[in-house]
Amino acid sequence: MRRLLVLPLVAIFVLCTSAAAMACGGLIGPNGNVNLLKTTTLAGYADGVEHYVTSFSFAGGGGSFGSLVPLPGIPTKVERGGDWTLQRLIRETQPPVLAFARSDSLAAAGAEKAEVILETTIDALDLTVLKGGGDQVGEWAKENGFSLPPDAPEVLDFYASRSPIFLAAKFDADAAAARGQNIGEGTPIHLSIPTDNPWVPLRILALGKQAQEQIQADVYLLTTKEPAILPLAKGLSLSRSEQGSDSLIADLRSDKGMEWIPASGMWLSYLRVDSSAGDLDYDLAVDVEGEAPSKIDAGIDPVPAAVPTDPPAPAGLPMWMLAGVSALVAGIGLTLGRKVQRRAAA
Amino acid sequence: MPRPKLALLLMVLAVAVSACAARAASGEEVTVTINHSRFHPGELTFSRGDTVTFVLVNDDPIDHEFILGDEEVQDRHEFGTEAHHDAIPTEVSLPAGDTVRTTVTFDKAGELIIGCHLPTHYAYGMKAEVTVKG
Repeated sequence: MRRLLVLPLVAIFVLCTSAAAMACGGLIGPNGNVNLLKTTTLAGYADGVEHYVTSFSFAGGGGSFGSLVPLPGIPTKVERGGDWTLQRLIRETQPPVLAFARSDSLAAAGAEKAEVILETTIDALDLTVLKGGGDQVGEWAKENGFSLPPDAPEVLDFYASRSPIFLAAKFDADAAAARGQNIGEGTPIHLSIPTDNPWVPLRILALGKQAQEQIQADVYLLTTKEPAILPLAKGLSLSRSEQGSDSLIADLRSDKGMEWIPASGMWLSYLRVDSSAGDLDYDLAVDVEGEAPSKIDAGIDPVPAAVPTDPPAPAGLPMWMLAGVSALVAGIGLTLGRKVQRRAAA
Repeated sequence: MPRPKLALLLMVLAVAVSACAARAASGEEVTVTINHSRFHPGELTFSRGDTVTFVLVNDDPIDHEFILGDEEVQDRHEFGTEAHHDAIPTEVSLPAGDTVRTTVTFDKAGELIIGCHLPTHYAYGMKAEVTVKG
């Protein structure tokens, strides 16, 4: 299991009964339409804990929507995020921009049965931390009224093979409207996840998208030293890498729940995702020591298959029979090979 | 034996076994598994007059369909509104995680397609090719 940590992003998918509202990263409506909104996420890391902050935006409409966020570990805390952290980061790196940071989505997931580890409600968001394999999480999603796109089984297995923890966020647009939540207004979420290194799921941003659709997202990293990042290619670029300014750190530390940020010495990395969905087949792996991020965490290398501790000996099949079958298979191979050679010679 | 030669032989063996599996259809049961929204195998060959029972195994946590027919049939379902199929052997709904059997007789030679037409599934690539030889 990976040591990743945390993060981020996004999400996607699901939809349910609704007609229109949406939230972030990529939602698929019942009519198959996909709404694209830019996602902004902060993955901060200090004292062995990843602090993942993102926002689920209300885009109008009614009904409920959902999204799933793969996590590198079980969060010790899921709480409302500060009101200005993401906006302040955007202002730091994109000064003229007045737009709100908007982010992701909502959602949910679940097959034998996913284990529900934590449930909480923040504003109009119902958040559930799940533990389970791809099928289990998919089954949970179905049972909870979500409709998953056709690439969901593969994507959920991709993540579950590395970490079986998912955050399902279900956004109740009717509740949001009843609360007076305005269109475009986001609900920031802050997860604290103990982990060895920060990690941000990016591939899931492409869930439910056509291969040629463009995916855009901003990812901020705050680490105690300059991190090593993988990969930097195919639509992922490092736009800023610098010591966090005193004013930025002071502003962030003054936001709700952000006192975990050390008062000085934090390194700010700003990464931009601008990729077609078809190319976005990786995640963001980080090594906070500036060494070598894991290719497995980045989705570049597959997770090694588990090595059976006790090689299974087929019940009732004596070794001599196995040897005979092996010889038979080898013999067939040889015969076929000779036939091929003869045909080639002919 | 030199390793390259052994590797070649094993490759040939693998191809031969695979080809047999895709063709072993005639007459009896043929298992078609759906995993990660793909039909496996992706190509099947039968002979005109074959009666085949398909064992359709949906390994995915999402629903799928098995629609067997030519391109016109596929188009009809791609743009149609039928939400559920259970009355025609060549049109079957496959709930998540379920196994469903259906028996089909191929009475004409030609090229057919197995497709799933739940929203966005066909465009995603949920199709398999079926050849019925004369």
